[in-house]
Amino acid sequence: MIRILAARELRSLFALPSTWLMLGVLQFLLAWNYLSRLDAWLQVQPQLAQLANPPGVTITVAAPLLNMLGLLLMLLTPLFTMRAFAEERRNQTLALLLSSPVSGRQLVLGKFLGLLTFLMLLVVAELAMVATLGIGTSLDKGLLAANLLGLLLLTMSFVAVGLYISTLTAQPIVAAIGGLAVLLGLWVIDVSATDEGAIWHELSPVAHFQKLNIGLFDTADIAFFLLFTVAFLQLSVCRIRALRRG
Amino acid sequence: MSHPAPSSRSDLTLNAQHLSRRIGKREIVSDISLTLRRGEVLGLLGHNGAGKSTVLQMLAGVLTPDSGEISISGIDLLNQPQTAKARLGFLPETPPLYKELTVDAYLNFAARLRLIPAAKVHAALAHAKHRCGLDAMGKKIIATLSKGYQQRVGIAQAIIHAPDVIILDEPTVGLDPAQLREIRTLIRELGDAHSVILSTHLLPEVAALCDRVEVIRQGKQVYSADRSAFDHDGLEDRLVELTTEIAS
Repeated sequence: MIRILAARELRSLFALPSTWLMLGVLQFLLAWNYLSRLDAWLQVQPQLAQLANPPGVTITVAAPLLNMLGLLLMLLTPLFTMRAFAEERRNQTLALLLSSPVSGRQLVLGKFLGLLTFLMLLVVAELAMVATLGIGTSLDKGLLAANLLGLLLLTMSFVAVGLYISTLTAQPIVAAIGGLAVLLGLWVIDVSATDEGAIWHELSPVAHFQKLNIGLFDTADIAFFLLFTVAFLQLSVCRIRALRRG
Repeated sequence: MSHPAPSSRSDLTLNAQHLSRRIGKREIVSDISLTLRRGEVLGLLGHNGAGKSTVLQMLAGVLTPDSGEISISGIDLLNQPQTAKARLGFLPETPPLYKELTVDAYLNFAARLRLIPAAKVHAALAHAKHRCGLDAMGKKIIATLSKGYQQRVGIAQAIIHAPDVIILDEPTVGLDPAQLREIRTLIRELGDAHSVILSTHLLPEVAALCDRVEVIRQGKQVYSADRSAFDHDGLEDRLVELTTEIAS
């Protein structure tokens, strides 16, 4: 059942021109950024080569690019999750789901998986772009794997927040703004806390991702992402239950 | 709840007892009891805001009643929602359509959602489309269809899994006279094989379609009558009286 719901979500996303437009624009921006970073790296490469232990192309070109993708996902995810429940409520299609033999948990997980799959297509496309560096040099595969894991976990947490916000309103735009406010808010309190050990850093998904982004694998970060995601999914399930009560 | 004895009341597809529902402090529905048998069309008649939609949403499991019991073919809707919901089809006031999908994709999703096994989806889809006169519309995007056809797609999703109980909320609102006649014929046919409960504020609709009618006013049942009483007994006058009373 979860798979059926996820497939419907994907089908509807790909039926919208705005989805393709956003995908195209994002791909273009990242490709532009990738080429300009690569260009800059090629210019300084002769000097770097003089160093005893020069940084590789993966950490200097790929990692910053994927970090930027993480930040872009923070801005984009609410635009994709906004419709999840808000539009179902606005168009009354939620009645179809609620009158069907589907539990609230299946409903939330179905949408979560659908949206996660969609956004991961984007992540995989960027990783494939970065992997083209492998044609000319050898890549740090461990670092790329840490980034893939990091982006997966980061996307999971963003989608979970977006879904929850989307259950709170019947207006997709309000859901998008609300989702952005939460994600940007968490990011802002992270970057504005100057104290190194401040608790604010721990609250932000982006801060946890940035450790994985530079190849630092810490189970505490993984646990954070999982707890964060499960918490917001559970909140969404409660919210669906509350909607039935009206 | 007490299960009905299978021998005497096995044809009872829907049994709702003492449903109440309040929103805030206002009681929208109070102490409504309804039963529905196989092969029967029951009409809920009442003016706008009488609580018809709320009653139907509770019967469809979309809203939870504050108190009362609902069973679909003997299965408790509140305690075993998954099993009970597989046996009902619901068309809300606004058809619940994903308008960006094609008719086939949408009905396919509706069928899978109602637990029809993948191997049988194709046949169920063809049957539902045929019944609703959508044979040629499968490849069309729902958003491009006229209101009448969208309504048919809405009905098709409610019947695709051959449910015991079909719940239709104002199924003929906004249709032109030709569409109206077609949809009414369809509902009458559905009523013979399944059992249908529909809401309306139109008196002629009740006379044309229903075996029984329950009149609802301000969330309370104020009158009920059988088809046998439709022709004599001054029922029509009584209903007109009631509805005008309601309107004023």
